[in-house]
Amino acid sequence: MTTTNPQTMYEKLWQNHLVEDAKGQTPLLYVDRHLIHEVTSPQAFASLRFHNRPVRHPERTIATMDHNISTRSIKIDAAGEGAANQLRALAINCKDFGIELFDMGHKNQGIAHVIGPELGLTLPGTIIVCGDSHTATHGAFGALAFGIGTSEVEHVFATQTLRQNKAKTMKIEVKGQVGSGISAKDIILAIIGKTGSAGATGYVVEYCGEAIEALSMEERMTVCNMSIEFGAKAGLIAPDQTTFDYVEGKEYAPKGEVFSQAVADWKKLKSDDDAIFDAVLTLAAKDIKAQVTWGTNPGQVISVDGTVPSPDDFSDPTEKESCIKALKYMDLTPGTKMTDIQVNKVFIGSCTNSRIEDLRAAAGVVQQYQGQQVIEGVDAIIVPGSYRVKEQAESEGLDKIFTDAGFEWRLPGCSMCLGMNDDVLEEGDRCASTSNRNFEGRQGRGSRTHLVSPEMAAAAAITGHFVDLNS
Amino acid sequence: MEKFNTHTGLVVPLDIANVDTDQIIPKQFLQKTERIGFGVHLFHDSRYLDHAGTQVNPDFILNKAEYKGSSILLARKNFGCGSSREHAPWALQEFGFKVIIAPSFADIFYGNCINVGLLPIILKEAEIEQLFKLSADTQLTLKVDLPNNVITCGELSFTFSLNEFQQYSLENGVDSVGWTLDKLDTIKAFEAKMPAWQ
Ligand code: SF4
Repeated sequence: MTTTNPQTMYEKLWQNHLVEDAKGQTPLLYVDRHLIHEVTSPQAFASLRFHNRPVRHPERTIATMDHNISTRSIKIDAAGEGAANQLRALAINCKDFGIELFDMGHKNQGIAHVIGPELGLTLPGTIIVCGDSHTATHGAFGALAFGIGTSEVEHVFATQTLRQNKAKTMKIEVKGQVGSGISAKDIILAIIGKTGSAGATGYVVEYCGEAIEALSMEERMTVCNMSIEFGAKAGLIAPDQTTFDYVEGKEYAPKGEVFSQAVADWKKLKSDDDAIFDAVLTLAAKDIKAQVTWGTNPGQVISVDGTVPSPDDFSDPTEKESCIKALKYMDLTPGTKMTDIQVNKVFIGSCTNSRIEDLRAAAGVVQQYQGQQVIEGVDAIIVPGSYRVKEQAESEGLDKIFTDAGFEWRLPGCSMCLGMNDDVLEEGDRCASTSNRNFEGRQGRGSRTHLVSPEMAAAAAITGHFVDLNS
Repeated sequence: MEKFNTHTGLVVPLDIANVDTDQIIPKQFLQKTERIGFGVHLFHDSRYLDHAGTQVNPDFILNKAEYKGSSILLARKNFGCGSSREHAPWALQEFGFKVIIAPSFADIFYGNCINVGLLPIILKEAEIEQLFKLSADTQLTLKVDLPNNVITCGELSFTFSLNEFQQYSLENGVDSVGWTLDKLDTIKAFEAKMPAWQ
């Protein structure tokens, strides 16, 4: 009998997918699932054509239209000429290479990282890639999932593999239970606030602990989604009964006997008890409060009951410099109470927070304000992550709660998360956004983004400022 | 991909940490289906004072006359963070950059650079600091020697390293897809052993 060293989940996933580890070469990993969209795929298809190469496993690839599309109309031309060109190119490429596409208005269409899980395309124990850095979302299922560049998209198309160097491992344990009203978004923002925006560069992070295990699949996706925002290659959560229950019966998930076998295999994925991580970070869940970013990277975040920091609060010269730059861009004064910051735009959506639970949470807050409307001077939009989410929300009457309160109820897409369509902020706009990036200009040149949970965004829409919902 | 051997060029120091790929190439320029046409939009929001890109920002370092024609970008930590868009290295390359030197890079960006033949070099913080000082005082020209993993400038020299295969790929301009396709039998053997659910 051979004894094996204790392994982390990442090491197990790695071993299970290692096609070849030849001396002097970067290890070759097998890719189970490839999600593609209109923006980062056209050049990869062009190169395949140039070299006369087929897509090796078109059935392992799924395409969706998400980044560029209008949220007001399902017409392909509605988001402008450049977008329409890319969308049409995707349709042609998928047809030519035999790839299934969820195009405009298809019942399965939506943001790649929303539809993968809800359709059962995302499975524990797999490697999932997509030309989009928030692919880490799928790590919530115990899949090794990460974003890739267009050259790598081409490599996966042609070979169904990818060359990857092994990352270091980091365990992030959130001990105990979070207080009431604290969302998954608050947990991940608090983690990033602690590590800084590059704190996990070179690592694959595994989230664990009681507070993580207690999360639903939707919440786990919110946590893993933002792994890239502190530099991590991927984020993982060990699959458990919550995971299996979620996956079972989904359209593309394995069925019957194969599903049982899969669950048996998936149960073996979790990190061994005595596995050694290269780094460990521990947080007490009870200390996590509702979070709001004040700066221009997700690490520049503080509790809603706090105040805008001052450059003097940072000893590291780069952090100090970043703080000065961020305060200037964000037009904020140190010492300002976070709850005094006024917004004029609200965006509830993106692959971080556009799933059904997010919309339920936001609608719940709207209802708490009992008939109050989105305050004058604020424009608030709600963009469901997919058509399935939209349909579910409508069947529960959530759209009505929102529209009655003065929110706009839009069609699914990435929308204002990156503003490649016409959902862009104007210069000087200040937005409470449930997305994942508060970079300068991300939502529109000269616009200012504060990342928050769906609950906080809903409250900001009604009141016009951030609110400590727990006080 | 073009082979990379040695390169001598002018350094432009970009003294900003955490430069993200949204800064390098904003989203409104990603709506192309070709690999070209991104260089003119490099650092658009910093290079131009207006949205349309008609008014050049004279204060932005890439616009200064003394750095015209520079081909080596000296950067701060966590360069290339954020979005996985390969359009960022494409834009840098098309603008004329051959080498980026920083104390650290975001993972995806680093890999993308290697894949397009743009050389990312990691130096120690102290060395980066030294280069920033030097480039502030004079027009700094560096010679980057990939086969020997060394950067020189007169008397000064800095060594760097790359992973073995990445070094090989850059030096030889390897078609990485073709390289892997040569291993098709190994991949097929792997597939034959995969469980049914996978
Ligand atoms: S919602 Fe935003 S982060 Fe998510 S895939 Fe779309 S653009 Fe990327």
